[in-house]
Amino acid sequence: MRLPEDTRKFLYETGDIARFSMRFFQEAFHPRYEVREFFHQCYVIGYQSLPLVALTAFIMGFVLTMQLRPSLVIYGVESMIPSMVGIAIVREIGPVITALIFAGKIGSSIGAELGSMKVTEQIDAMEVSGTNPFKYLVVTRTMAATLMLPVLIILGDAISLYGSYLGVNIWDTTTLTLFFTQVFEFLTYIDLVPAFTKSFFFGFAVGIIGCYKGYHSEKGTEGVGSSANSAVVVSSVLIFVIDLLAVQISDLF
Amino acid sequence: MANSKQTSDEIVVKINGLNKAFGDHVVLKNFDLELKRGENRVVLGKSGSGKSVLIKCIIGLMEPDSGAIEVLGQNIPDLGHVELDQVRVKIGFLFQSNALYDSMTVRQNLEFPLRRHWMQITQKEVEEMVMEALDNVDLMHTVDMMPSELSGGMRKRIALARTLILKPEIILYDEPTTGLDPITSLEIIELINAIREKYKTTAIIITHDLKCVRLTADLVTMLIEGCNYETATYEALAQSNDPKIRQFFD
Repeated sequence: MRLPEDTRKFLYETGDIARFSMRFFQEAFHPRYEVREFFHQCYVIGYQSLPLVALTAFIMGFVLTMQLRPSLVIYGVESMIPSMVGIAIVREIGPVITALIFAGKIGSSIGAELGSMKVTEQIDAMEVSGTNPFKYLVVTRTMAATLMLPVLIILGDAISLYGSYLGVNIWDTTTLTLFFTQVFEFLTYIDLVPAFTKSFFFGFAVGIIGCYKGYHSEKGTEGVGSSANSAVVVSSVLIFVIDLLAVQISDLF
Repeated sequence: MANSKQTSDEIVVKINGLNKAFGDHVVLKNFDLELKRGENRVVLGKSGSGKSVLIKCIIGLMEPDSGAIEVLGQNIPDLGHVELDQVRVKIGFLFQSNALYDSMTVRQNLEFPLRRHWMQITQKEVEEMVMEALDNVDLMHTVDMMPSELSGGMRKRIALARTLILKPEIILYDEPTTGLDPITSLEIIELINAIREKYKTTAIIITHDLKCVRLTADLVTMLIEGCNYETATYEALAQSNDPKIRQFFD
């Protein structure tokens, strides 16, 4: 029985991405190390994404608090808002929403950048110049995305909780110290460790998919747009798949 | 015909029975070529006839299906990454699209191959080599500009400066005049000839611009149906009665 064309394409691409990821691990741990380009990418991918992540995280914490409050008031448990918001943000909403924002900004930008370099022969020019383009472009960007996303998530979580604190203070009065004491009272390592661990996988997924789509871009400028677009779509879906697996695994402990 | 007095009998590029296909589409079929040191060889063929594939195989950007490509005594398909990089230092490649790095200034574009190949080089030496390469193409004032600020002709000349910076023995030109107006095309052609005079380079020029062929070629190889159909001087080919050759000159 012959599989439908779309299914075969999907399976081929999945295999290709797996091979591309394997090559990343092979190239990443062998010299020459592109240290300078790696730090440049950390700056671009991490630091330059901070304002967007901070803004969305703040709104997320604030809105979540405002939406939760009416339901909790009915049961007279509005004092639980800090702990509820804390668990929701640290365990799930913070990592996933930040990763999705990150996929939108960084996944598309890597896909478009590498795509346009591919169609304008810049990647070939790099190879002719004695540079391994996979190391210089793919390894540095993927590694920077893998390491910067967890940092952004931690900062995003903190800003989100601050937004929640301001949200609480619209109707009630609490101090920053009391708010964070209540947040951490209910947070355990079982909440923190899986959330922190999965954020590395989210970052890797965004980086490697953006690079894969850009590196295999074709059909001129039309292909560049399509690479950027599919980098965001595929990495966003992967973030949810990884999240699903992470929940299953962390539930075992 | 260009200045053929500069050629010697040493063969620097020797291609034997080169085959390359993409799926069912055969691009190169038993292609042979011999290039002497100092020679300017033009490869003339229709669009999509495999001219660019040929020079990408020569520099190791594409792997041939079969056949030998000896460049400066080394068989390119047999080389590993390190050996290939050592040969590539001696080969310059001018890309059809120029392939300047958009995110870098002209200076950084020119420094990039220098720093990759010659890691021990000092900043002062880098600076001198960058300025010399820019002086060759008469664009020293663009050193701190971005590629997006340059015209098409200027970009081509900067790309040529980047190709020259490692002082290659062989230069591969991929459609050097395509997309340029006639005046800028002539400037690039003059630059190709001036580079040959100054640095005694050997060149393979891929083109279908007959003016470029006439003004740069010592010999012209007709790439027709994937093989070396005929190699002769421009004048001899222009007088040929073979209909497959005539179609380029009529």
